[in-house]
Amino acid sequence: MKLISKVFTSLAMTAMAAGAAQASTLDDVRAADELKCVVSTGTIGFSSTDANGRYVGFDVDFCRAVAAAVLGDGEKVKFVPASSAVRFTVLASGEGDILFRNTTETMGRDAGLQMTFLPVTYYDGQGFLAPADLGVSSATELDGASVCIQVGTTTELNLADYFRSNGMSYEPVPVKDFDESLSNYAAGRCDVLTTDASALASTKAALEDPSAHIVFPEIISKEPLGGAVRHGDDQWADIGKWVVNALINAEEMGITSANVADLVASADSNDPGINRLIGAGADTKDFGAQIGLDKAWAVRAIQAVGNYGEIFERNVGVNTPLGLARGTNALWTDGGILYAAPIR
Amino acid sequence: MNMTNYTPGNHPDLPPPAGTVGPMHWLRSNLFSSPANIIVTLIVLWVLYKLLPPMVDWFFLDSVLTGNNRKECAAQGDGACWAFIAERFKLFVYGYYPEHLRWRIDLTVVLLAVAIAAVLWDRFPARKYGFYYALAFPFIAAWLLVGGAGLEPVPTSDFGGVMLTLVVGVTGIAFSLPLGILLALGRQSELPVIRIFCVTFIEFIRGVPLITLLFIASTMLSYFLPPGTTFDLLMRVLIMVVLFSAAYLAEVIRGGLQALPQGQKEAAEALGLNYWQSVRFIILPQALKISIPGIVNTFIGLYKDTTLVSIIQLMDPIGIGKQSLASSEWFGLSTEVYLFVAIFFFISCFGMSRYSLYLENKLNTEHKH
Amino acid sequence: MTSNTTSSNRISKLWNDKDSRSVILQIVSFAIILGFFAFVINNAVINMAEQGKDINFTFLFDTASYDINQTLIAYDSRSTHFMAGLVGLLNTLLIAVLGIILATILGFILGVMRLSNNWLTQKLAYVYIEYMRNVPVLLHILLIYGVIVHSMPKTKQAFNFNDTFFLSNRGLMSPTGTFETGMWVVLGTFVVGILFSFWFRAYAKRRQDSTGKTYPVNLITFGAVIVAPVLIYFVIGSPITWEVPALKGFNFKGGMVIRPEFIALLFALALYTAAFIGEIVRGGILAISHGQTEASYALGMKPSRTLSLVVIPQALRVIIPPLTSQYLNLTKNSSLAIAIGYMDITATIGGISLNQTGREMESFAIVLTIYLILSLVISSIMNWYNNRIKLVSR
Repeated sequence: MKLISKVFTSLAMTAMAAGAAQASTLDDVRAADELKCVVSTGTIGFSSTDANGRYVGFDVDFCRAVAAAVLGDGEKVKFVPASSAVRFTVLASGEGDILFRNTTETMGRDAGLQMTFLPVTYYDGQGFLAPADLGVSSATELDGASVCIQVGTTTELNLADYFRSNGMSYEPVPVKDFDESLSNYAAGRCDVLTTDASALASTKAALEDPSAHIVFPEIISKEPLGGAVRHGDDQWADIGKWVVNALINAEEMGITSANVADLVASADSNDPGINRLIGAGADTKDFGAQIGLDKAWAVRAIQAVGNYGEIFERNVGVNTPLGLARGTNALWTDGGILYAAPIR
Repeated sequence: MNMTNYTPGNHPDLPPPAGTVGPMHWLRSNLFSSPANIIVTLIVLWVLYKLLPPMVDWFFLDSVLTGNNRKECAAQGDGACWAFIAERFKLFVYGYYPEHLRWRIDLTVVLLAVAIAAVLWDRFPARKYGFYYALAFPFIAAWLLVGGAGLEPVPTSDFGGVMLTLVVGVTGIAFSLPLGILLALGRQSELPVIRIFCVTFIEFIRGVPLITLLFIASTMLSYFLPPGTTFDLLMRVLIMVVLFSAAYLAEVIRGGLQALPQGQKEAAEALGLNYWQSVRFIILPQALKISIPGIVNTFIGLYKDTTLVSIIQLMDPIGIGKQSLASSEWFGLSTEVYLFVAIFFFISCFGMSRYSLYLENKLNTEHKH
Repeated sequence: MTSNTTSSNRISKLWNDKDSRSVILQIVSFAIILGFFAFVINNAVINMAEQGKDINFTFLFDTASYDINQTLIAYDSRSTHFMAGLVGLLNTLLIAVLGIILATILGFILGVMRLSNNWLTQKLAYVYIEYMRNVPVLLHILLIYGVIVHSMPKTKQAFNFNDTFFLSNRGLMSPTGTFETGMWVVLGTFVVGILFSFWFRAYAKRRQDSTGKTYPVNLITFGAVIVAPVLIYFVIGSPITWEVPALKGFNFKGGMVIRPEFIALLFALALYTAAFIGEIVRGGILAISHGQTEASYALGMKPSRTLSLVVIPQALRVIIPPLTSQYLNLTKNSSLAIAIGYMDITATIGGISLNQTGREMESFAIVLTIYLILSLVISSIMNWYNNRIKLVSR
């Protein structure tokens, strides 16, 4: 074990001691003039392709926001679809620059997998979907059930913990993708389907007869979903972090994609907080420069995809097939727990 | 019987004895020749009678060709729902390649047909130039499909369907043959370093499943590249497929090399040819000719193995099928999808194996003096 | 070599000398190979260092935290990644061994059918072989799995075979037996029967060699190995307690379940490989010249003995080498388990463990090594067998 790493290292030493200095992710992205963003292979509302093959969704919009902030164009994104099983490897290997893929932040991933997580974009929890005629209305009655799961997710681990701590047995039916899970669930290969509650809502909506299925009231885990970048490039992590924070702060300050241009133009009449966010006003500090960008970084992000509220309503809100209420994901001022650090 | 005298050599052919010709005789000798035979025939007939009609009903008679979702299909009949395949047919063929650029795929297929004809058909006009063209074809095709240099570029992530199968299959075939020949020669080499390297490489590749190599290509390969460099996923997959199939080809070609009598090589040396000359003019032409059936079989295997790319999220026909099955309108029609893809593979692989058989026979007769 | 060579043409002399040229070539190629590996490893070390990763196999002894549905040994979510890997390895072995046995039996039947003088069976085997061979094995796996999951009845409407076996889209539920003490007597008889039949075979052969008298060896073997233990089993009153599956709640409780993932993978691999084996067997039998059969008949041997003593031993020599590569293919193809969620070694260590721990290098090193070892073991066994039946020229 240690020996192998020693052999590796010494072999490497004998090779030309190149060790070329690694360019920063920001420089790489600028050089390529596109942002490689790791997204889901297909989760309606979060990341999927529309009839024209264009990526749309909640996660996708955060990709576009980062691209707009860094490259000036929200369309300069190369989407890298990855299954839950390979997403971190795809990011770690440099095939993606940033990840927005229904990904739960955990200590194991943050520290163990060497990821740096960005602020939470969606507070989720793991739930169960079951056919109404199963005759069960609570997850506590699931002893002996077959459960459809996707490999390589936190849901798999939560499930094991949940059944174990409640002294129940179950049969896991694992597959690689949510699509296959769903297909197994529809065929009755398993009794219940488990995944994040947000995805359950969209799944239920997409089923042939939504009323024939129920989502159990139990939420068995905390799933703070957010973006992630590779560990070790602090500047790039800051860019991701502050783009997300900017979008949440924008909603709090009432800055929308529609009015942001006017706000920039009328910089003098703004309150200083808004000016710091949109980089307007002569005496406002240039926060963009601190993360390697220019003054208008947040303006471009907001123009590209709108503020957090706009992104939410457009992709997963009550007027979409998913029909999710803001709930926990409302701003802290509205009774939710969305509370972004201020830009100052 | 008419016992007319005939001069020797002028005896007309008499009809065969009654009872050795005609359908009745055929039935008797092929199906009912012994009690055991009769029982087997009856059992097989009974099984066919039980199995075939429901299958034909499901496949043809009760199948549904139109409809917008599974429910509409089920309402019209309880057979296969081909409406699903019909709706997604273009996706199965072209993948997500931009619609207005699909002529480039069509053109590539035509060019491919010409290249294949140049290689396989020995009366192809100006065949020598045909060969050069066939050598250049993979690069022309790459330019046409990927774009750049005057053509609108298309990201390889849009490649899919049958088109992706052909891209992976044809690239694998075109590039693994030269590499396989080199490996086979290296394995026979008198230089220990080269021989050991080739043997290790071949045995390693042949000892592990292709899917693990594809996983490595899709997730880990960039660890081994200089920091910060990445390259296209399809490209990485192609490299792995080429390496994989080259190792198998090397073994097939080694069989051909070993089948050559030692005297051939010695004669070439006696004529003063150096190593590469003797390989080029004496050894390879004969060895390859012997190994052609094995080579074609390896190609068929490679072609079938292209389906594994669906496991690492590439959109080959199976990948397209899986994705289509996820749409709520078409849940549970996996049999239709996979059978459709199976028929496609059957037609192309069966065709190739027939061709291999034809070649085998053709080459065999040439050896019979 | 001549001594008065100038330095300029010394190099060309060296190059033209066969031995020195081969040394140069080897040094150059060795340098290239070494350089390549050094380059690749150097990259890996830099890349991993940059992400703060090292090569460390101690993760194997951390808690795996995930459950596996089909476990041949005791395993739960508190077990280690090492145990998870072991469970996966055993699942791989289970599929490989059963698949090889099934494929061989089916393949020999197909090969004989292809040579049958019954037109119908011959054509049936032909159509089957051509269909199986020319469709990718992954499709067979997905097709069979799809048919089981989508067309079999759901658990509550499972096919009921005499209240002991149940078939649904969750697999085949079958009873399991627990041995009582008396069962050890039965097993003992079985072992003694096997030992006895080995001894008897050798004895019969010696007797036949010295006296020419033949014994009904197969009949006696059958009696000793099968009939005697079965008789004793019933005499001491069926010393096995059967646990019969019964529908309780969501699933069948008791007995054991053979999951659709397992069934689909096993049958797809076996049916696919059997088609190739069928063609190999056919080729092997055809390779035996007709003169051999005729000579055997002329010596007065019965057709059955001709087949078992003349044709098959010779055909096996032709059959074994390609058969080995089919066995290897089947074992390697078992890694396609991941397509339908059968938990083999690629899916446990190379899938879930890798993903939960982020140890790509280590996990893949383990998986690749295991497949290499499996391949090596299978080839060694088959080579040993091949050497045993090889034509010995005295």
